[in-house]
Amino acid sequence: MSTEIMTLNMGPQHPSTHGVLRLVVELDGEVIQKITPHIGYLHRGVEKLSEHRTYHQTIPLTDRLDYLAPMSNNLGYVLAVEKLLGIEIPERAKTVRIIMSELTRLKSHLVWIACHALDIGAMTVFLYAFREREKVMDIYEKVSGARMTSNYYRVGGLSRELYDGFERDVKDVVDTFPGCFDTYEGLLTKNTIWLQRTVGNGVISAEDAINYGISGPALRGSGVDFDLRRDIPYSGYEEYDFKVPVGENCDTFDRYKCRLVEMREAVKIIDQALKKLKPGPVLADAPQVCYPPKESVYNSIEGLIHHFKIASEGFPVPEGEVYQGIEAPKGELGYYVVSDGSNRPYRMRIRPPSFVNLSAIEKMAKGSMLADLVAVIGTLDIVLGEIDR
Amino acid sequence: MAENNRAVVKLKERFADALLETKEFRGEVTVTVKKEKVLEVLKCLKEDLKYDFLVDVTAVDYLGQEPRFMVVYQLTSIPNKDKIRVKAPVTEEDCFIDSATALWNSADWLEREVYDLMGIKFVNHPNLVRILMTDDWVGHPLRKDYPVQGPDREPYKGRLS
Repeated sequence: MSTEIMTLNMGPQHPSTHGVLRLVVELDGEVIQKITPHIGYLHRGVEKLSEHRTYHQTIPLTDRLDYLAPMSNNLGYVLAVEKLLGIEIPERAKTVRIIMSELTRLKSHLVWIACHALDIGAMTVFLYAFREREKVMDIYEKVSGARMTSNYYRVGGLSRELYDGFERDVKDVVDTFPGCFDTYEGLLTKNTIWLQRTVGNGVISAEDAINYGISGPALRGSGVDFDLRRDIPYSGYEEYDFKVPVGENCDTFDRYKCRLVEMREAVKIIDQALKKLKPGPVLADAPQVCYPPKESVYNSIEGLIHHFKIASEGFPVPEGEVYQGIEAPKGELGYYVVSDGSNRPYRMRIRPPSFVNLSAIEKMAKGSMLADLVAVIGTLDIVLGEIDR
Repeated sequence: MAENNRAVVKLKERFADALLETKEFRGEVTVTVKKEKVLEVLKCLKEDLKYDFLVDVTAVDYLGQEPRFMVVYQLTSIPNKDKIRVKAPVTEEDCFIDSATALWNSADWLEREVYDLMGIKFVNHPNLVRILMTDDWVGHPLRKDYPVQGPDREPYKGRLS
């Protein structure tokens, strides 16, 4: 009997590749022999563009990296610049950042569970998860004015004070979301079809996961107990009490369980942060870096000049280089910023979690069926905006 | 200070002639080494000092300075919950450095990206082809002498209205 390797092109327009990912798959029957990913369809040159903009002008570019979790991208960037400047931000701004970043984690994980489940045939979860995501989107819109491209954080704090009723809206999320997670688990965790598709799928051992640079929930699903929020804390995470879920069997099902626990823990962090939220300023007292309050801009010439200077010229940043890694929903998102003392970054490197996670796809899917590749893409939780930058 | 760092002390013992500079800035330790020894230093950091996770490989173009490029490795120690940065200078004439793919698989794509956007070649890399730009692209966009608007185009002069 003669055998022949078949080459199949998957993407860049394919509903389960989560964007413009193209995979050239070599198949022996239905068994995957080789996967060659082709990326770069969404490359916009964010790193190059940021070298030609002031530090504040780069913040909206970071929204468009992982567009499912904009505030996490903002957070990593502003933390890196604040580290370079050596400024401390007010307590209220810190707490609000924690709340918004954890809401972002929920928002991102809700899209993950929705699409992952839809890809392997469970449509109900998709509709439920998007219903819940809408609540987070509403908070986003009220807080920052935009549903997706928030551009809310500033170097030194936040762009504006929260709206009245923020705490009530967030409290509603804290109260209702755990029940929603129970619904998803009721639909999936003991569902025979779900188990058949996820148990034993996309296995990658702890050593391999570290070797391939996998980070975030995918790393913890492989049994590595590492979370930047707990182990190398930033932005005041050391004050919060939360569990870090770790998987055992290194497969898609364990990663699913890890992410679900992570969502429940995110709700707990938000609840703790809400209790800490005290009135106060949301911008640091650093006039050379931060925008003046709007009343001063509208009512005094000094305030207007100050605003104009910051908006047009930006601010100089001391010479040096820093790397700030944060635990974004998808893994370790890092910003490496090199400053030459001017008002623009000399070099800004973004370490995207999805990019490095995706490089392990062949390792995870080789030898399995073509249909299981879809489950592997879903469990890696990739976003092409971040991979291609 | 950087001199008290456990890893720096050990590296100074082992690679006294290869270490160019050690520095601490904002609590982050940076070690600059000669590019011929970078693989050995990374191996020592990975195996003896437990910096087992290669977070990132990137490069910076210091156009007008000599050496022109700096290849930057970010390492994390998962057991010790610690970070370190290793840098290696690369000149424009000899624009290559040893590939770290023998130590970490994660270096594969990261080094391809550096090659694609910065034009630094990685010796012994299994598949050094462009990754973000198309295969027939000319030039390396992240170099400082590459225009931001792209080649053969009028530079952006701001809004005319």
